Amino acid sequence: MHDMSAPAAHHHAPPTSFIRKHVFSLDHKVIGKQYYALALVAALCGMVLSWLMRIHLGWTNVAIPGLQLLSKNGASGGVMTPEYYLQLMTMHGTIMVFFVLTTAPFAAFGNFFLPIQVGAEDMPFPRFNMMSFWVTFLAFVVLMSAFFVGDGPSLGGWTQYAPLNSVGAAGGPGQGWGVVLWMTSIALFCVGQLLGALNFITTTLDLRVKGMSLMRLPLTAWAWFITSCMGLTAFAVLMPACILVILDHVAGTSFFVPSNSVINDQVLPHSGGSTLLWQHLFWFFGHPEVYIAIIPGIGIVSHILITNMRKQMLSQRVLVASMGALAVLSYMVYGHHMFVSGMNPVSALAFSFPTLVITIPATIIVLIQVFSLYGSKLRINSASLFALGFISMFVSGGVSGFFLAQPSIDIMLHATYFVVGHFHMVMGVAAMFGIFAATYFWFPKMAGRMMNETLGKIHFWLSFVGTYCIFMPFHYLGIAGNIRRYSSFPDDFLQPLIPVHRWITVAALITGAAQLIFLYNLIHSRFWGNLAADNPWEATSLEWSTATPPPFDNFGGKHPVVYHDPYQYGVQSSVGDYVMQTSPEQVKTEHEEK
Amino acid sequence: MATTISEPPQIDPHRSPDRSGNGGWRNLGPEDGNLRVAQEYSPPPSSTAIWVVLFAITMMFAAFTSAFIVRKASLDWHSFTLPSVLYFNSLLLIASSITLEIARRRVATFMSGLKSQVESPARWLYITLFLGLLFVAGQYVAWSQLRAEGLYLATNPSSSFFYLLTATHALHILGGLVGLIYVIRKLSKLALRRSQLDAASRYWHFMDILWLYLLWLLWMRL
Repeated sequence: MHDMSAPAAHHHAPPTSFIRKHVFSLDHKVIGKQYYALALVAALCGMVLSWLMRIHLGWTNVAIPGLQLLSKNGASGGVMTPEYYLQLMTMHGTIMVFFVLTTAPFAAFGNFFLPIQVGAEDMPFPRFNMMSFWVTFLAFVVLMSAFFVGDGPSLGGWTQYAPLNSVGAAGGPGQGWGVVLWMTSIALFCVGQLLGALNFITTTLDLRVKGMSLMRLPLTAWAWFITSCMGLTAFAVLMPACILVILDHVAGTSFFVPSNSVINDQVLPHSGGSTLLWQHLFWFFGHPEVYIAIIPGIGIVSHILITNMRKQMLSQRVLVASMGALAVLSYMVYGHHMFVSGMNPVSALAFSFPTLVITIPATIIVLIQVFSLYGSKLRINSASLFALGFISMFVSGGVSGFFLAQPSIDIMLHATYFVVGHFHMVMGVAAMFGIFAATYFWFPKMAGRMMNETLGKIHFWLSFVGTYCIFMPFHYLGIAGNIRRYSSFPDDFLQPLIPVHRWITVAALITGAAQLIFLYNLIHSRFWGNLAADNPWEATSLEWSTATPPPFDNFGGKHPVVYHDPYQYGVQSSVGDYVMQTSPEQVKTEHEEK
Repeated sequence: MATTISEPPQIDPHRSPDRSGNGGWRNLGPEDGNLRVAQEYSPPPSSTAIWVVLFAITMMFAAFTSAFIVRKASLDWHSFTLPSVLYFNSLLLIASSITLEIARRRVATFMSGLKSQVESPARWLYITLFLGLLFVAGQYVAWSQLRAEGLYLATNPSSSFFYLLTATHALHILGGLVGLIYVIRKLSKLALRRSQLDAASRYWHFMDILWLYLLWLLWMRL
């Protein structure tokens, strides 16, 4: 480490008790790891749920051993009812979107690395940060508890459309307590994310060390900052929406249930509610949420690729501006989820246009990433492979977005497997690949040990090929008219498509099993991996200038000083072909020497 | 691929050691500009944080407002007259903002060292606290009056929104009262930071404006 200023007193001393150290810790690094662990557990739950659904879709009447233990009525003898299929589907979507795709790339890695990358000792409000995790944890417990309360979790899908979300038990299994628990869980989750956003924004704006101007922030820090601004706006709207639904359930109000609604032969007591209101409130959150899941991935992947390319991106400023444009535009497109809700065709056009426009910054990002690869000697490792995989998935999934953005085509494809394939690739798998890339890249810093590269590469190739085998056929199914959210396809025009479903099921089981390699690698490397050096990837940003793993106050009682842009690669310096941000060394580029 | 070559920034040996990041954006000029011209220290995080909080609260009430407008369009909406105690409560809240502003100035004088001229800087904070509590009590009176008229949360969408908006606002007022108590405690220990007091008063004034907006919304639409 170079040229640190005088040691300064830390504003809170390292904790000594086990509880303060590992459970209710105020340390952003521990909180980041806690978020990661939560996301890992959630991802496993979500994956097992997807297995159960896939087995049912491929072989509808096959009993799944042990499933009856989860729900006596929903899966008697191990064969799930159509309702139970929907309940599992709802939980799969909710767990994955909220507790994996939002939690891991943003809250987990952001908590651990944002303060270090800006040179701070911690977030400015450590108690809020601790609360943020534990409220999120509580939200997960509340969500999962729905499996064991009444007739199980809600069956309304992760979008929880009205009026089904407000009609109570008349709506089917899980629509009573299941929905109340769902809404409570998500409202809590919103609180956690708002507290997180508060810390992320103030960390980025106020806690940067000397010399760290905004344009010297690494792309990851930019991505987390932009994401936290989006989260602040989106979750602050979803929470009141959840409160309204809870009131419809427990207080007898009717915000969302129209007059004289008859469900399951029961006339409901509510009157005059608006079903579209929920869609507006939900999608105002829901579409930005997609970008909340993906923008950290864009930052992480750029960060990792630059390090492994040993050169800068073509234009870092344009990349940052494009991420910002994605964030702003994401609030103007949400109506494209509602093309078939009976909206005025003019409104549909008004939402379709920005939806097509938003592909421009997305395309710019991908082109910068891909063309920057030209002429670079890319170091192939698990992290850079998953980064490339991210781009591949983002493009493959993004292309189908062009079709769905147009109302005339969307009316045909709406609620088919085409949509399912689209969002699974562009936000689900792409964001997952971002998480994997980040894990392989930062694991040495987080755990102090290296992960096994051979297992990492096997994990990559199985996952990469596997996810294409799963999600490409979804598009084909959708074009063929296969409607989503059906639990089985007996005796109709979808019968000939069942072999495709079986192929997908087999691919999903194999790809899912491949994730166990990752899990093994993660746990094994945590305890028995090779010890990591301080800067194993020869990277330049601040997280690599401190010890591995970082001390409690991140820089050992010192304040780093930043002298350079974040990605000084391809230069000649005393340490090699790179200059760290904290190095006062003056370097000349090859270009300038000529 | 131009590499930025920067002059090492000067390190100030006298900078405050109790915060790690004292180089936030406000002390940085353009990258190769004159650092001495730029302001030296970044704002304390609470100054930024309070705007973040207020933004989130704004979004929340914006969501409620849009729900209000959409729901108002349906045929089952029955208007009712607002309890007149609300107008009195509004005066209380405005008065509390004024007393808080007086308190803020007194505390500033107190903290700048002229202690003999200010007998008790916390007194006006206590008055603000009292007015805030009185406001919440006044809101409770308004709810009781409506209940006596047979208007409950679930009676009609108009009453649902009335209770929802006023109760959510009252909860935020209670949060502000907790903030005021925190400020008073810090002041009594002589450990109050200027930015903390400023953040608390910004929050309180915002609650004041938010209430006037809600009152206008309810008065216009009920």
